[in-house]
Amino acid sequence: MTATTITAVGSTPDRSGHRWARAFAFWLASYRRVWRGSVFEGFVSPLFFLAAMGFGLGLLVDAGPDSGMGGVSYVQFIAPGILAAQAMNTAVGESTYPVLGGIKWFRQYHAMLATPLRIPDVVLGHLAFVLMRVAITSTAFLLVAWLLGAIGSPWSVLALPVAVLCGMAYATPVFAFSARQDHDSGFALLFRFVIMPMFLFSGTFFPIDQLPAALQPVAWVTPLWHAVELCRALSLGTPTVADAVVNVGYLLLWIVGGYLLALRSFRRRLVV
Amino acid sequence: MTAQPADRAADVLVRAGRLTKRFGEVTAVDEIDVEIERGEAFGFLGPNGAGKTSAMRMIGCVSPPTSGELQVLGMDPETEGPAIRGRLGVVPQRDTLDEELTVRENLLVYGRYFGLPRATVSERAAELLEFAQLAERADSKVEPLSGGMKRRLTIARALINEPEILLLDEPTTGLDPQARHVLWDRLFRLKRSGVTLVLTTHYMDEAEQLCDRLVVMDNGRVVAEGSPRQLIEKYSTREVLELRFPADDHARYAEKVADLAARVEVLPDRLLLYTDDGDHGVAIVHARGLAPLSVLVRRSTLEDVFLYLTGRTLVD
Repeated sequence: MTATTITAVGSTPDRSGHRWARAFAFWLASYRRVWRGSVFEGFVSPLFFLAAMGFGLGLLVDAGPDSGMGGVSYVQFIAPGILAAQAMNTAVGESTYPVLGGIKWFRQYHAMLATPLRIPDVVLGHLAFVLMRVAITSTAFLLVAWLLGAIGSPWSVLALPVAVLCGMAYATPVFAFSARQDHDSGFALLFRFVIMPMFLFSGTFFPIDQLPAALQPVAWVTPLWHAVELCRALSLGTPTVADAVVNVGYLLLWIVGGYLLALRSFRRRLVV
Repeated sequence: MTAQPADRAADVLVRAGRLTKRFGEVTAVDEIDVEIERGEAFGFLGPNGAGKTSAMRMIGCVSPPTSGELQVLGMDPETEGPAIRGRLGVVPQRDTLDEELTVRENLLVYGRYFGLPRATVSERAAELLEFAQLAERADSKVEPLSGGMKRRLTIARALINEPEILLLDEPTTGLDPQARHVLWDRLFRLKRSGVTLVLTTHYMDEAEQLCDRLVVMDNGRVVAEGSPRQLIEKYSTREVLELRFPADDHARYAEKVADLAARVEVLPDRLLLYTDDGDHGVAIVHARGLAPLSVLVRRSTLEDVFLYLTGRTLVD
């Protein structure tokens, strides 16, 4: 093969199709070398959580005065909560270091933007990968929870898309946040003061009416609470259309708002 | 190859008029006028911070100009960025390879960014691995490769879409001499095959070796333009006479030879006399009984031009 043929001047066929899918293909390629570990982790971490909180702590709760959480065992109460919270954690993890890395350390975004890809292609392609990751961990969790008897209702299948929506409601605004960071020190603050409190106080482990009255509206504002509520209603087989519409609508609001902010942040950071 | 008829041999691929880039208060590129023709190797030469990279990024359609006009491949980067970028190859100053992926995977993924069919990309990847002398490392990860290999891979990657213009931002900075020569060899081949090369460098030998035409940039402005030969003719003398005296202070010798040259430059360890006839100068120096420790007559180089135009003071 000579240099002559490889450099033939000619127009590059730019087959139509979604350009974001080309950016997604990159994240997929780099995921291929770690997927085994990540799927394993996807099964093991919910197992630990359900075992420790559900069956360990659950023994105490279920033996309590009201014989558990209004008729359901504690493990059945928290399983949908942990499902949603894990979706949030996975999404935030995938939307912090990898995003700043794409800008600053490994610079994959720069490589993409030197090609026909544009900012929305780059953002959507990466978000699609986050979505896939959330879907995988949530599926793993549902399987484990089902095998352990922590979920029963056939409605639980619908908890999967809700968990995915929950993850994306965090991914898009966190993309916007990460693209504005200069160092990863901001992520420690995000995890400690935003994500961790939500994880604990959004109805994941106990109903929010146990919170001080002043704090309850704070929980309502978090996307996680809406996802937990809906996942719980589905897994206990008690969903109502009105609540579901509100919960899903609220999650969508965060996804779209976060996406628009992410576009702005990416543009500011990468198109200079 | 360039199957272009002769009359199109001189078509202009990049046209910049009063092109300007400002970052806040800092003017990185200050109203430069540049035209780059098809098939030539064009260089932006300048010290660090001269605005070379900013100019390249604008031409690469990843950085919007602050003002002025810019046309690349006859199109406006502002409205047709993706279409232009689809016909460019970009070798950035800092490699953006994915170190965890294999050499081949880096090419495959990058080819997909251009929307090329999978089969086309793998075919070209195989050819480019040969071209970049990386075929044996095709399935190893990028991370352990040497600097020269990574650079060649970056160039191979930039060729995956068969670009008409290859933009190279300091292609050999940080490489050892062997790796640089291998890389130059590859760039020569590309140029011979008709690819237009646009590169930035602060290496004079690189500019002399590779560039048909270049602009010297300093402080965001173009301070000189022409072929290496033209620039030497215009900004330097034919020869340079280097004189080393047994003294710490060469300045006092400078006065004694000032009349022998168009210009005398005082360096810590020697004097540079810019003259058209070095040997004649040597004869007079000896006739005056100045007895230098060593004498060297050499031809002017681009480096003399560069230092004359941009000064010897360190710019950081």
